[in-house]
Amino acid sequence: MHADAMFQLMLLIFLGILLLCVRPLGTYMADIFDGSPNFSRRVGGRTEALIYRVCGIDSREEMSWKNYALALLLFNVLGALVVYALQRLQYFLPLNPQHFTAVSPDSSFNTAISFITNTNWQAYSGESTMGYLVQMTGLTVQNFLSAATGIAVAIALIRGFARHTVATIGNFWVDLTRSTLYVLLPLSVVLALVLASQGVIQNFDGYKDVTTVEAVTYRNPTSDAHGNPVKDASGAAVTQTATTQTQTLPMGPVASQEAIKELGTNGGGFFNANSAHPYENPTALTNLLEMLAILVIPFALTYTFGKLVGDTRQGWAILAAMLLLFVSLTMVAYYSEQHGNPLLARQGVDQLAGAAQPGGNMEGKEARFGIAASALFAAVTTATSCGAVNSMHDSMTPLGGFVPLFLIQLGELAPGGVGTGLYSVLMFAILGVFIAGLMIGRTPEYIGKKIEALEMKLASIFILTTPFIVLIGTATAVMTIAGKAGVANPGAHGFSEILYAFSSAANNNGSAFGGISSNTPFYNVALGLAMFIARFWPIVSALAIAGSLAAKKRVPVTEGTMPTHGPLFVALLIGSVLLIGVLTYVPALALGPVVEHFMLAAVQ
Amino acid sequence: MFARIVRPAVTLLVVMTALLGIVYPAVITAIAQVAFPRQAAGSLVTRDGKPIGSTLIGQAFSAPKYFWGRPSSTSPQPYNGLASTGSNLGPLNPALMDAVRANSKALRDADPGNAQPIPVDLVTASASGLDPEISVAGARYQAGRIARARGLAPAQIDALIASHELGRTLGFIGEPRVNVLELNLALDQLH
Repeated sequence: MHADAMFQLMLLIFLGILLLCVRPLGTYMADIFDGSPNFSRRVGGRTEALIYRVCGIDSREEMSWKNYALALLLFNVLGALVVYALQRLQYFLPLNPQHFTAVSPDSSFNTAISFITNTNWQAYSGESTMGYLVQMTGLTVQNFLSAATGIAVAIALIRGFARHTVATIGNFWVDLTRSTLYVLLPLSVVLALVLASQGVIQNFDGYKDVTTVEAVTYRNPTSDAHGNPVKDASGAAVTQTATTQTQTLPMGPVASQEAIKELGTNGGGFFNANSAHPYENPTALTNLLEMLAILVIPFALTYTFGKLVGDTRQGWAILAAMLLLFVSLTMVAYYSEQHGNPLLARQGVDQLAGAAQPGGNMEGKEARFGIAASALFAAVTTATSCGAVNSMHDSMTPLGGFVPLFLIQLGELAPGGVGTGLYSVLMFAILGVFIAGLMIGRTPEYIGKKIEALEMKLASIFILTTPFIVLIGTATAVMTIAGKAGVANPGAHGFSEILYAFSSAANNNGSAFGGISSNTPFYNVALGLAMFIARFWPIVSALAIAGSLAAKKRVPVTEGTMPTHGPLFVALLIGSVLLIGVLTYVPALALGPVVEHFMLAAVQ
Repeated sequence: MFARIVRPAVTLLVVMTALLGIVYPAVITAIAQVAFPRQAAGSLVTRDGKPIGSTLIGQAFSAPKYFWGRPSSTSPQPYNGLASTGSNLGPLNPALMDAVRANSKALRDADPGNAQPIPVDLVTASASGLDPEISVAGARYQAGRIARARGLAPAQIDALIASHELGRTLGFIGEPRVNVLELNLALDQLH
């Protein structure tokens, strides 16, 4: 079968499986969050009650949006402190068989923020930095809790629409506990075990040395007595020839972290190469499952939304808009990557896809995934806030690399991260009905609630915070020596690396054009701040909207009400997303991937 | 304030850390070690009773008598298990062209009579730097060189490749490929 047809078949089956999960999982989550009895709550009810008793939580207590936000912020900041402390103290803690020493203060700060904000930007290299205890009790825990935080905010916002004339939007502790206990944990247990069966490692052993079949000879950089690299007069590293027949295999509890890394749309790899590493993603099947795990909760939450506001068509309309954006951009990535790099064709390299090889642009891709499963993964991980990668985005073709960058910049809402995607897309829905309201001269309404000045101000703050941070951050970096020092590739591509870094951090994605050397005080601090502000400022705005909506009366549907479940609304929603995304980022994108695309086309 | 926000925040974080950071990974480890001991421990391969590598982690090969894997960008040596990474070279970066040219030259120099175009995966660096596999085309390209180096009939090498071919999973996901370490161990068995 032709490679393009094979890709289309894979995409169709993939989306088919996903859509089959939307209704059952969406219904399940709706039952969990509106307190309806179901199987899980009967099984886990005792554990849930025990947690509340131990923690002094009154599960019937309702919170105002301000208390909800306060609880959320405090809980997340405490989480960051724990992750920071674990990294700084890891040398003295157990389960660190490689005896890794303390992570630097700026890197620890960056990683702590990165994991509590569901970004999972990684300036460090996992296999040579983090002991198992940090990976488990710091990073894995925040993979769960940051995802649960996102779901909690989405549920609180849904309540804003579903409730009327009340002052409260739910209980943060209860929403967080239920997200974790009934949604994320059971799915993670199942996925972790399936991944382990396929070869994802799961142990507490020290790293294993093996004697390889052949010895390898290489150039080893020389160090002086203090361990600093020796450089010659021109500044190049001095090397000496070395030979080794030993390969050290990294170990660790990977499967348990891998499962929640995808299900929670976190994306922080146990290893530096992330989901490209064979111990994280060993087969084509694990790759498919990881992609499904990334998308399943965000897509299903649209159904949960529809169900909880009493009109499932509202959820399907949002899902349709998400799917259209997702599929069209995925296509661009695939065709661009499969087309390959014209410069390689000149070298007598065979990039034509056939029955025996994937062809295309294989730089930075794994043989088991080829082009199709790499391009799809790149779109999946950036259409959500995941940021796991199974190929190196930095080595993608200009248009291929444009896709993940642009999906991130659109605000990650096709379908977006767990929870974050839904509340982000609802902000654009509010913007969309507002624009439509202006055109027809009526007060805009959405899901039976009048959208007034306060909601519009808050939604605007929500929508504009991220682009502001991305563009100011990128501009600062390209104007400073410290910012430019990290760039790996020359020309327009180097600019793309910086733009991608700030887009990724401020949208809490975490993937990178990985050539950039970001483990420097400048990037650790700048990106750390970007992640923190761009996570919690919008969350507080969304919760404030939830509070305001919950207090409003429900307006009855009349002939003048614009329906928000049909194709017109879907088009309006996509239009709003593209309007903001394109207007904000076109100048920056023109300097990066667009210019690079024309340069490569000129070579041809 | 303290009772409703601070105390739950602290205690819930402690409880969740114990549950998600210790109990959950420990339970998964316990089950995986019993149900999938080989996979959980890293899919190690032994020869003469000694661990010689993992089927999932590639190794560097440069002798003409072995199949060569994907170029690896790990440092300082290729296929360094402690430093997984891709090259992160952009499509227009001159360094990418230099690397592709060097990789092509090495293949051509080792097999001067082979005029076929080189399959792209043999000259481009993998994403992890530890890719254990190459495309079937990449294996077939090297068959002539290996047959000559080992004094075997090319048909024998082709048959070996065919018997080690991994197809698309369920017929539609992933790519046809072969595992380099397994192929090379099988080659050594031929003698």
